[in-house]
Amino acid sequence: MVTDRFEQLAPAYDVIVVGGGPAGMAAALGARETGAERVLIVDREGEAGGILHQCIHAGFGLHWFGEELTGPEYAQRFFEQVVEHEIDILTDAYVLDAEGDLGVRVMSERYGMRTVAGSAVVLAMGARERTRGAIRIPGQRPAGVMTAGFAQKLVNQAGYMPGKRVAILGSGDIGLIMARRLVLEGAEVVGVYELMAHANGSNRNIVQCLHDFDIPLHLSTTVSRIHGHERVDKVTVAPVGEGYTVLEDQGSDVVCDTVLLSIGLIPENELSRELRLRLDPATGGPVVSGSMETSRDGVFACGNVVHVHDIVDHVSEEAILAGRSAGAYATGQAPKPDNVRLVPGENVRYCVPHTISTEREHVVHMRVTRPFEACTLRLGDVHARPLRYAFPGEMVTVKVRPRILKEFHGDTLKIDVVPREEGMSA
Amino acid sequence: MSENAATETRHYLCTGCPLGCRLEVEALDDEIVEVRGFSCKRGKTFAYQEFTDPRRSVSTTVSVDGGRWARLPVKTAEPIPKPKVQALCDALHEIRLRAPVKMGDVVMQDALGTGIDVVATRDMPVGDASVVGA
Repeated sequence: MVTDRFEQLAPAYDVIVVGGGPAGMAAALGARETGAERVLIVDREGEAGGILHQCIHAGFGLHWFGEELTGPEYAQRFFEQVVEHEIDILTDAYVLDAEGDLGVRVMSERYGMRTVAGSAVVLAMGARERTRGAIRIPGQRPAGVMTAGFAQKLVNQAGYMPGKRVAILGSGDIGLIMARRLVLEGAEVVGVYELMAHANGSNRNIVQCLHDFDIPLHLSTTVSRIHGHERVDKVTVAPVGEGYTVLEDQGSDVVCDTVLLSIGLIPENELSRELRLRLDPATGGPVVSGSMETSRDGVFACGNVVHVHDIVDHVSEEAILAGRSAGAYATGQAPKPDNVRLVPGENVRYCVPHTISTEREHVVHMRVTRPFEACTLRLGDVHARPLRYAFPGEMVTVKVRPRILKEFHGDTLKIDVVPREEGMSA
Repeated sequence: MSENAATETRHYLCTGCPLGCRLEVEALDDEIVEVRGFSCKRGKTFAYQEFTDPRRSVSTTVSVDGGRWARLPVKTAEPIPKPKVQALCDALHEIRLRAPVKMGDVVMQDALGTGIDVVATRDMPVGDASVVGA
């Protein structure tokens, strides 16, 4: 049942999922799999699906469905399963607070504040985009400066064009995809400016979104100033020197009426902080166990709220696991606690989960700090695997099976990614 | 080799994986003589495809009245020739649908004579798009 009316909800739920995006929907399905009868998704929008609805481009589902889908198609396939499995969705409602064993406190425009009872909670709030404030771009404060994802929602769902001449700061995938999108809808994109010496988006998006439309990509360049009284009328773009110093005296002005920011995502953890969950400063999300449980009993987390994923298929996979664990917790089948801590070592920025059990199979995700060709992934001294490449923009995934930990008797396992020669001799 | 044979080298960035191999296709009279720079089979295939018949899947939106949102996302059921991408988006601007719409509904048949249909990529239930997200 999909409803915005509290009186239609069940008196209590086994599992309550906060957020109805790809993570939330998969978590709810996972919870049903392990025997949770009553599962509720709470979403602040009018429909489940989250960010997928505005990601109208293809590239989703290759791993999960074995075919390439657009975002809305991926969302709808999951939504249909959610409906089929009789999972309730409360729309237009915002979760303010959660208690693992008591349920969640929900606010809606229509009903004010209410408590919904539940036995386990899954956090699936996703991530939000960094804004102008996060990087403090100097200059005036005119209209026309917005995040790429917000512009995407305007163009693809609401049917508004954000401007006519657009400059894009940041070469993340959303920015590249919006560059193409705006050109196809009749705007001019004057350029994409990237602070780093390399592009952040995928090669596919560099080719199909920029090269195909002759949109220039300026590396080691940033928007150093925004000009305009009521509306943006130009930006100053400037080269970036050693140590990311902006060389504004070498800058030049570019006429435009809109600035899109594609400068990264931050896990949306207000609720996690409210719950006093242990957070990992490297991911910005909660510390999680091998079953995606947070530092608080009965509170699980998955998807971009834990760490920012590259592809939604991995979100679904992680969320199914979180949901299964929440379902197991709610129905009294919680597994034995983990006994090994995972620690990011050489050239590894973070790894998720933060702990694992030597008795179960785990999928461990990690991000490297710099690009590598031909390198070796090492799990302590129990396992080494050659990788053809590893890039910061693409999560490295490794399956850790009980078999490879048979001879391991410690409590901390360090994960390194090192150049090939060094790794092979180990 | 004929007198006026034209050799040409074209450059591509491989989209197969994050390695992003710089591919070079050398051609003589539009016939590929050599492909260089790839480090796996995918790269070679990509270079051939890009040189001989570059195609793109197109995702865009069309107007929809009386739906939850003002725009309905659509896509080409198969990739279409790259030179037709902009023309297709322009043609789709002329389309105006009425909610409800079902995912998979054909929005434009045989788009621009390609033999490929444009289809809706989600259900669009009846709603009030003047309230964003209603």
